[in-house]
Amino acid sequence: MTADQWIALFAAIVGGALRVGAPFLFVSLGECLTEKSGRINLGLEGVLVLSAMASFGGAYLTDSVWAGVAIGAAAGGLLALLHGVLCSLRGVNDVATGIALMLLGTGLAFYLGKPLIQPQAPQLPALPLGDWSDNAVVRSALQVNVLVPIGMALAVLMHWAFAATRAGLLVRLAGDSANATRALGYSVPGIRIAATALGGCIAGLGGAGLTLFYPGSWNEGISSGQGLIAVALVIFARWSPLRCVGAALLFGGAGAIGPALQSIGVGWGYHLFGTVPYVLTLVILVITCRPGSVTPGTPGELSSTR
Amino acid sequence: MHNAVKQIALPVLAILAALLLFGVFVWFAGVSPVDVWLILFKGAFGDWFSWQNTLQRAAPLMLTALCVAIPARAGLVIIGGEGALVLGGLACAALPMLLPLPANVAGTALACLAGAVVGGLWIMLAGWLRQARGINETIASLLLAYVAIGIFKHLVEGALRDPGSLNKPSTPTLADGLLIGGIGGSDVHWGLVLGALACVALGVWLRFTASGFSVRVVGGNPRTAQLVGLPVTRLVLAACALGGACAGLAGAVEVAAVQTSANASLISGYGYAGILVAFIARQNPVAIVPVAILFGGFGAAGSLLQRRLGLPDASVLVLQGIAFVLILASEALRHVDWATLFARMRRASRTATAANTTAAPIVEKTS
Repeated sequence: MTADQWIALFAAIVGGALRVGAPFLFVSLGECLTEKSGRINLGLEGVLVLSAMASFGGAYLTDSVWAGVAIGAAAGGLLALLHGVLCSLRGVNDVATGIALMLLGTGLAFYLGKPLIQPQAPQLPALPLGDWSDNAVVRSALQVNVLVPIGMALAVLMHWAFAATRAGLLVRLAGDSANATRALGYSVPGIRIAATALGGCIAGLGGAGLTLFYPGSWNEGISSGQGLIAVALVIFARWSPLRCVGAALLFGGAGAIGPALQSIGVGWGYHLFGTVPYVLTLVILVITCRPGSVTPGTPGELSSTR
Repeated sequence: MHNAVKQIALPVLAILAALLLFGVFVWFAGVSPVDVWLILFKGAFGDWFSWQNTLQRAAPLMLTALCVAIPARAGLVIIGGEGALVLGGLACAALPMLLPLPANVAGTALACLAGAVVGGLWIMLAGWLRQARGINETIASLLLAYVAIGIFKHLVEGALRDPGSLNKPSTPTLADGLLIGGIGGSDVHWGLVLGALACVALGVWLRFTASGFSVRVVGGNPRTAQLVGLPVTRLVLAACALGGACAGLAGAVEVAAVQTSANASLISGYGYAGILVAFIARQNPVAIVPVAILFGGFGAAGSLLQRRLGLPDASVLVLQGIAFVLILASEALRHVDWATLFARMRRASRTATAANTTAAPIVEKTS
């Protein structure tokens, strides 16, 4: 490979990290909030698909990309709200409910999204991060979704909120000790439902990033497990919003390897490179999980770790 | 309510409620719910043609549901059956390319066995990750399913591709002697019998054998199981391997009886529908048989909904999703202590009438 090709490959992976990483970032932030409150939402995979469809449809129908983003967030919040409410019923398991919501969200998105496969919706503006370079490939690779800086700001905001606000402390309290929360006179299901629904809204922003930015169309294979990877990302990020940013970029970069290689003409193993994010997730889980011990930072009430 | 009545009544009620809600859903799309219900029934169980279609789809559902139910009895929520299914189908299609298989029943059995072994190993990997590394098996198994699909596509479009398959990459078509035929010349293949036998056999195993009982003890309380000296890890891995083998077999049977080669049509969501079937059957292998037939029917009616009423092909997915949510919600009703609740309601209504007659004006204030 020539030097130019190496630069192009590198730029494509870095650009891809920022592009592919955007949905990971939002879904992991949403899941982080949900899990901090002591509940797990595997249904964020369904939330991601549904909100991707809803934001695309919303942007197409209203002809406004930001209305689309808002509709996506609302759709994600509603589906997550259903999860929050169902899990608060007695005897209902949150892992099983998450699987059910994954099925329901995907079904609804495919059903309602059927007429959206052809049309073009307005798209989110791009931040031209590559303008310093003369290389056209580098410049086009570094066109970054405007949602990415928003997501990073949101991560900082969440970090601050968990540490310093009353609401943030309550979420952490509900996640660490339901009894202590009850003793202080707060409703544990109430806090968890609110955190789950808000987490769904945040994940919905990731869905908007999927369809309202490159390649900017709706199709049924658009998510394929990214919502689920984000659940594992939160474990890797040890429930810290700031670490979620790094983890999302790492996974975005891993997901960009296949397309980046293809862009410089390497066609072999496209599908195998497509599995890199999943394999990476498994490898990272193998490294971070220890049998019989709890990862530092785990919310004490989280059912999946008990 | 009596326990056995709850056991059957709640899922039945939940499915009826799901059909009702689905009717409301399509009504918003401007389609008459009554038409939808009639076509669902007709397309699933209306005549012999629909029955054949239904039973053909029920066969893989029984096997993929076992991939959820058997590990669940050992306490694991495995949802990656789709991965074991595609790799099982691939193994079945690939074995005749690598070995000169006799083109008879023995050859077919060997090819299907290859599918079962590969599927079993794949799900066992998820079980091992949990036992050895403490990784959540639900997430691990689904991630593994995406990896399996990537491997499947890579091989079917590359090393194992039949150069003659132009538009749709496929492995070479299986020799006629290796194909699984229909029962009595119908479209219903012997995979249905295989699936039902697997359900009954595994049900008997769980219920009546010592090893099956041990698996249930592990699922009930792993710490107790450890205390009484059961080989917990080995039992968990065995349950995963058995479940995975069923899903792998489902893929192999799909290849040998329906597709005649491994291609992308194999990735059609049987693995995910199997999760729902297993949950409705409350992880009971024998109960999987009727539930799989019901959901095979919904699947078969799906294309009719599309053709007759112009509904999207994802309609069945929506119905499945609604059914799943309601099944889980009905779980909450199971915990209701009906006798106490009725007594309390009766007492409440009695005090309410008393309050109405004596102190009607203050009712508004107190409520």
